[in-house]
Amino acid sequence: MLGYILRRLLATIPVLVIVAVLVFLMLRLTPGDPAAVIAGDNANTEQIALIRNRLGLDQPILTQFLIWAGNLLRGDLGESFFFKKPIGELIIGRIEPTLSLAFATMLIAISVAIPLGVLAAYKHGSWIDRIVMGFSVLGFSVPVFVIGYALIYVFAITLGWFPVQGYQPLSGGLSGFLQRLVLPAVTLSVIYIALIARMTRASVLEVLNEDYIRTARAKGQVERKILFRHALKNAAVPIVTVVGIGIALLIGGVVVTESVYSIPGLGRLTVDAVLARDYPTIQAVILLFSGVYVGINLLIDLAYSLFDPRIRY
Amino acid sequence: MSTEPTLLAPAVAEPATPARTMMKRLVRNPVVAIGGTVLLLMTMIGLFAPWLGTLDPTAINPSTRNRLPGFERTIRADDGTATVFKHRMGTDSLGRDVYSRVVYGARVSLLIAVSVASIAIAIGLVIGLVAGYVRPLDGVIMRFMDGLMAIPGILLAIAVVSLFRSGLVSVIIAIIVPEIPRVVRVVRSIVLSVREEPYVEAAIMAGTRLPKLMVRHILPNTIAPLIVQGTFIAASAILVEAILSFLGIGIPPEIPTWGNIMAEGRNLFRVFPHNILYPGIFLALTVLAVNMLGDGLRDTLDPKMAGR
Amino acid sequence: MAGRWKTLVAACAIIAGTSLAQAQTLKIVMHSDVKIVDPIWTTAYIVRNHGYMIYDTLFSMDEAGNIKPQMVESFTESADKLTYKFTLRDGMTWHDGKPVTAADCIASITRWSAKDPVGQKLMTFVDTITADDAKSFTVKLKSPTGLLIFGLGKPSSNVPFMMPERVAKTDPNTQISEFIGSGPFVLKTDEWKPGDKIVYTKFKDYKPRAEPASGLAGGKVAKVERIEWLAVSDQQQAVNALLAGEIDMVEQPAFDLIPLLAGDKSIKLWNYNPLGLQYTMRFNHTQPPFDNPKVRQAVTYALNQKDFLEATVGNPDYYKPCKAMFVCGTQLASEKGMEGLLESNFRKSQELLKEAGYDGKPIVLLHSTDLQSLTNLGPVAKQLLEKGGFKVDMQSSDWQTVVSRRVRKDPIDKGGWNVMQTSWVSADILNPVMAGFFNASCDKAAFGWPCDAQMEKLRDDFAREPDPAKQKAIAEAVQMRWREIVTHVHLGQYNVPIATRTNVTGILTAPAPVFWNVEKK
Repeated sequence: MLGYILRRLLATIPVLVIVAVLVFLMLRLTPGDPAAVIAGDNANTEQIALIRNRLGLDQPILTQFLIWAGNLLRGDLGESFFFKKPIGELIIGRIEPTLSLAFATMLIAISVAIPLGVLAAYKHGSWIDRIVMGFSVLGFSVPVFVIGYALIYVFAITLGWFPVQGYQPLSGGLSGFLQRLVLPAVTLSVIYIALIARMTRASVLEVLNEDYIRTARAKGQVERKILFRHALKNAAVPIVTVVGIGIALLIGGVVVTESVYSIPGLGRLTVDAVLARDYPTIQAVILLFSGVYVGINLLIDLAYSLFDPRIRY
Repeated sequence: MSTEPTLLAPAVAEPATPARTMMKRLVRNPVVAIGGTVLLLMTMIGLFAPWLGTLDPTAINPSTRNRLPGFERTIRADDGTATVFKHRMGTDSLGRDVYSRVVYGARVSLLIAVSVASIAIAIGLVIGLVAGYVRPLDGVIMRFMDGLMAIPGILLAIAVVSLFRSGLVSVIIAIIVPEIPRVVRVVRSIVLSVREEPYVEAAIMAGTRLPKLMVRHILPNTIAPLIVQGTFIAASAILVEAILSFLGIGIPPEIPTWGNIMAEGRNLFRVFPHNILYPGIFLALTVLAVNMLGDGLRDTLDPKMAGR
Repeated sequence: MAGRWKTLVAACAIIAGTSLAQAQTLKIVMHSDVKIVDPIWTTAYIVRNHGYMIYDTLFSMDEAGNIKPQMVESFTESADKLTYKFTLRDGMTWHDGKPVTAADCIASITRWSAKDPVGQKLMTFVDTITADDAKSFTVKLKSPTGLLIFGLGKPSSNVPFMMPERVAKTDPNTQISEFIGSGPFVLKTDEWKPGDKIVYTKFKDYKPRAEPASGLAGGKVAKVERIEWLAVSDQQQAVNALLAGEIDMVEQPAFDLIPLLAGDKSIKLWNYNPLGLQYTMRFNHTQPPFDNPKVRQAVTYALNQKDFLEATVGNPDYYKPCKAMFVCGTQLASEKGMEGLLESNFRKSQELLKEAGYDGKPIVLLHSTDLQSLTNLGPVAKQLLEKGGFKVDMQSSDWQTVVSRRVRKDPIDKGGWNVMQTSWVSADILNPVMAGFFNASCDKAAFGWPCDAQMEKLRDDFAREPDPAKQKAIAEAVQMRWREIVTHVHLGQYNVPIATRTNVTGILTAPAPVFWNVEKK
């Protein structure tokens, strides 16, 4: 078992190395010139060349990569071209909003989607089932930002229940924190609810047809008990999987949602950095997101091997 | 059904359902029928855009900007004749006709969907076949794919767009790249499992040459799952294009797509909601139709996955 | 009875107290996030605005456009106009409590003049700058110039902000790492989060001048305790937040959203910068076809300003077609030589193109799609240029890509460019020396690289001429020469109002948004 975990951990290393190389190459091949962006309107060619030199952008790509990779191994993510701050520091300052948003979204999504999915499976073929399925397809079909604007229009502007935009750290008071988090989290959770409800319905349906459920039914066990004790428990594995897959979806959604609601999180940091061609920051953020993705999927794999004896290792 | 021929028939019984029954089942599936009809309608709208009472979707007119739906404008042609044009869906912030843009947008948005899906599948298919068949390459290719997959799709697309100057082609490439590893995985797993099948092993033993082996035994098994995969890629391509436009790095507004009409209109959403509303409806309907089609196809072509 | 009154008064005091604390914080959405904080190192307007918060200047421009002493108490000018002696005001300190000295100012002037075009020009006249004592210094010139006082009071990027000597000693091409000024507000470095907000508090020891505030001149009295600039990238969300009372001010609301604000009783719009801004088209003089002056002249005939202004601003209250090359409403403004230009005379444009032998090769027009104020310029330019006989390849991208590309001199097929459009704050283009696009010194000029010895001679003459009347004549000569070589084209003047809640008062009329004198009730 321990050997398996170790092997899986080691297997993530080449993946992350590939990510690092890919991201680095991709950005260095872009036509954008951060030096020109930084220098501004009045700068002449000479001044721009000077800045390029100072940022190390005039060195060969291989040298640039080795310097960067070396620093990375020492835990130094480098310094942002623009913010003139260590990137580690920048990222730490941005983590709270993004984590809060992600957790709130997951919380809403799971607590809405799983009951919906179970209900739809249980009432298989009924109008409830059709509505849930219909919603889950629709949830995939509307861009996140449209959902965001619609919610803002109704709940923030027309009804005035929530602020239009912004983020308040948890340290600034719980009520203000929650008030500002509700709309973005609901916006982002729509696609997630669609995904999880679908998956839950499918796996519960599958389990409901298994022999032991029939046996339980035959024994006269209460339906609700069957649903929650047996069916949902066995459907847990595929649901956990979908949560893992959904992490990528969530990261993409965070980028857009944070832009709509002006939340100073990692998503906006990414967009700002891309638009400003802030190479070291883009590299660090993408690497971080990829690391999170790989890490979560690793945890999920390990969880399987712990809980599902059918998986060999 | 007689028993005799089956005894003599070789063990290469290809996947059971004949194509005609399959088609029948598809057409009878209401989800597929609705999805297909909507999609067909959108395709027609896109194809016949110039004859649907549209103006040039890129013609700007600074003096009639941001007009609400129903606004009428007198257009003077070069020969001096004047016609009244009704902006059914209003005008945008450059005075372009939103109706014309939405109708022409169908073209581009569908083009993106189709080209992304087919190119991603073509590339993914080739890489997947190689990975599944040429064992020494498998490890390298799959590690590379894992790396590519570990980068969240949107971020990867953003990075790819910033590689080139933004344009139709670069956006299409940007959406294709993150989809490729997913296709590769599907194809590779099919190849691996098909290779184990007795009839394929028999064919290999019998010395069937590689191209024939591929075309005869391996490719047919990939068709159904790839069609299903393709529809979902197409649906997500339309959405990703809209998101890239929203972030300001999508297809230039000169070429109308539903995504960039909305992205352009979003800043004025509160005052002039029609800029988001109409393209939004078209986009959501189309994506919905493609998703429904995908679901229906999967249920029919791949009964194991039914209901998911 | 008395007891009840007491509680009531106490309650009122508490209420008043909380609303007072509220009234002491101004929350503002500026046009951009503050990422760089060195106003000498970059010309970005947001950084200039930041500079006005925490730094002070030796001279500054008042509402009428006159340069007035600010940190300088008094100065003397010798009869030959070659020696200037400046004395600083009493009691000025840096935010760390140390006194402001002449040595600080000299170091600051030196760093500024290494980067700023006016500063660079000024330095060609300066012989020596020496500190006489802690509070006064002397500037000796090689020949007379009006640029000294004008330069030290330059209102817009780069503004000669005064910094402590140790900070000002930083290499001009390296960003400063300590943000200490002597201005009316202090930067709260611990609360500054790029991409989220930047926070300033009132500088308690600031000694404002006695005169009332006028433009950038006069007493800079901070009337609120704390100012927060919030980064909200979505224009509509900024306006929504202002309408909902979540913030107090939006510096540059989108024009199309102004009707929403103008119709609301709780909002006031301030036309604080009457000189406004100027849309500008810039050619790349090193690449065909715009290496031919005739082709550039054709553009001046094909375009008209109204179409650009309608498409970007839309509301005539906020725009003004202005053909003058030196800002309508200022001393140097003149229509001389502009007859017939910018009137969309497509036939004339086509004729000129034919004479020039334009081969019909598409010109590359860089188009920025993510800056609200610039987005609509591209399509209008394309349409007008096409009618004027050009073939146009409009290449759209985000602004940063435009900025990266426009500094490249490469040929068109290697990623080069022909035309791009931007916007200048009028206060930056008041005369031929400061307006960077007139610089025609070939490779040393700003991107576009015009090359014309005669233009350079005229600009040098202007710098040498201290007499305003003669300056005007030179400016007109510059304009006439411009007509021949067409370094760039102005697409129209406009101004962006500041939108505030009605309880905010005291916004000053000035070429840059400044926040002293502003009150929140």
